[in-house]
Amino acid sequence: MSTRVYISRDAAAQALGADETAAALQAAAAARGADIRITRVGSRGMVWLEPLVEVEDSAGRRIAYGPVTADRVPELVAAGLLEAGPHALRLGRVEDQPYFANQERLTFARVGIVDPVSVDHYLAHGGYAGLRRALEMPGAAIVQEVTDSGLRGRGGAAFPTGIKWKTVLDQPTDQKYVVCNADEGDSGTFSDRMLMEGDPLCLLEGMTIAGVAVGATQGYIYLRCEYPHAGHALREAIEAARARGFLGQDVCGSGKSFDLEVRMGAGAYICGEETSLLESLEGKRAEVRYRPPLPAIQGLFAKPTVINNVISLASVPIILQRGAAFYRDYGMGRSRGTLPIQLAGNLKRGGLVEKAFGVTLRELLYDFGGGSASGRPIRAVQVGGPLGAYLPESQFDTPLDYEAFTAIGALVGHGGIVAFDDSVDMARMARYAMEFCSIESCGKCTPCRIGSTRGVEVLDRIIRGDERKANLAQLESLCDTLQHGSLCGLGGMTPFPVMSAVKHFPGDFSRDR
Amino acid sequence: MAETHLDRPTALDDLLAAHADQPGALLPVLHAIQATFGYVPPEHVGRIARALNLSRAEVHGVISFYHYFRHQAPGRHVVQVCRAEACQAMLCERTEQHAKQRLGVDYGGTSADGLFTLEAVYCLGNCAAAPTVMVGEKLYGRVTPERLDEVLDDWRNRS
Repeated sequence: MSTRVYISRDAAAQALGADETAAALQAAAAARGADIRITRVGSRGMVWLEPLVEVEDSAGRRIAYGPVTADRVPELVAAGLLEAGPHALRLGRVEDQPYFANQERLTFARVGIVDPVSVDHYLAHGGYAGLRRALEMPGAAIVQEVTDSGLRGRGGAAFPTGIKWKTVLDQPTDQKYVVCNADEGDSGTFSDRMLMEGDPLCLLEGMTIAGVAVGATQGYIYLRCEYPHAGHALREAIEAARARGFLGQDVCGSGKSFDLEVRMGAGAYICGEETSLLESLEGKRAEVRYRPPLPAIQGLFAKPTVINNVISLASVPIILQRGAAFYRDYGMGRSRGTLPIQLAGNLKRGGLVEKAFGVTLRELLYDFGGGSASGRPIRAVQVGGPLGAYLPESQFDTPLDYEAFTAIGALVGHGGIVAFDDSVDMARMARYAMEFCSIESCGKCTPCRIGSTRGVEVLDRIIRGDERKANLAQLESLCDTLQHGSLCGLGGMTPFPVMSAVKHFPGDFSRDR
Repeated sequence: MAETHLDRPTALDDLLAAHADQPGALLPVLHAIQATFGYVPPEHVGRIARALNLSRAEVHGVISFYHYFRHQAPGRHVVQVCRAEACQAMLCERTEQHAKQRLGVDYGGTSADGLFTLEAVYCLGNCAAAPTVMVGEKLYGRVTPERLDEVLDDWRNRS
């Protein structure tokens, strides 16, 4: 019987050499006449251990080794890797690693375990149980279940998902759409990508449930073009699901129709904003729309549209499978369920940690993240992407909770955490925030389009030391205009990183360079 | 001007016809053109517009809105260097500087030998193993200047 080996096909694992490791392992096994079967899976999320190789031992347990780069393969195979033998890189079961054992994996339960595009694997691990249950329920009951779960938009805005769905459900039109916002442009975030590469069928199931719930027959996944690997996985998964009757004219024999198409973005951060995403899907310049009307009433092609982030939609199957109460029991306050948190930047153990809301930044940075990669003190942390505030050490005990973060002028956003050590120059990070806004502004509203460029100039003067006091006052006034006068979150929230840097790290704005 | 396959009417017409019935077809059309030819030749804006019943201004406006669409042919390999926050936290400026110096170009430029076009990108989703670089569709993590040399040498040898 052949030895089963699992290696990730996740883009992050590939970026660290997983393909080369798989090829080397296949060659080394062949040279020894060993019969192995390599399954390419998603990533377990412990990126610092990639390429991670898991070998099934005689008891059927997956024994992990990592990081296994291609050059280490001959040595490892000689030491008995294929028999799950001892070696310095042998980690034991992934489930026994504290990093993994201390998580609550609901949405990511299958990622890293199953072949992402195998419907059989998906079914064997609880897949499509949620959809089957949903197909027995009236649309309003499905929507109620999602509402009762407390699920809020994981893209960053944290709007209750069930309320969005209810609005679409209540629209009396023939054509409705489900759109997945997979334009994960925030730096420091990659949970959407990992889910789409590691368990794309889960997203497909979530979207199908949404379609069944509100009466939509067509769905689109709007995927950023920086994620080609996710695109391949999604298309493979869609074909596999269609071939087995989980998508198409007659979903699971229910007589209900739902189908999906992947559409690629084209390098515009603004498309993460839902109305500009819809413009882009319609083939236009991705300029933000005025609201109202809400997309739930007039969305894609002016039809009622459910538009949700990848993780929001991928959390729906388990809610339908296990019930609203199961999901709602995780979390704190009004932040219910779990959040896939991404540990990024200057951290020793970067990766994906799915936890119930309530975990503190300090636990994430040190217990999970292991402190900085450089070994220097962590000085600042940006949570929630390029529009999120920079937090100093004194705020590291804040629990991850939408309301707790709002209270300190910060945002949880999409759950990305980027750590910087003490070599960071926060005035330059503030300048970058303005520069990014100017590069990515859609140009529709003046505060964002012009204000961001002026912001870069003002910060340049501050950094150079020209009339610092007057220019800091100018910056504050400009940020006030951006925050209150912009049409969407890009201009409206760029002041968060800028002003938080000024507030918490004033020394960086007053020293000569 | 170099002859492209697009100069033969059929290639572009076939491509446009294949997308004619797709709702909101312009982005898929532009992607298909760029995937086939490496860029969106400005001289074909008129034909794209006619096929999709749009004005030339609308098509040009869309092409110029999105950073991804190129207006001129790239080198044989496109090198994208991430300059977003997570990569900055791991000193991607050094990798950026090195890439510019080594290829002798700024962002948007193509090396004199025509092998590499250098582009800035804002997040490739590899933020736990920064700095990140992508060549074509191949992603690389922890790309220090030294690692970038290895990567570029590897692609040069493939050419």
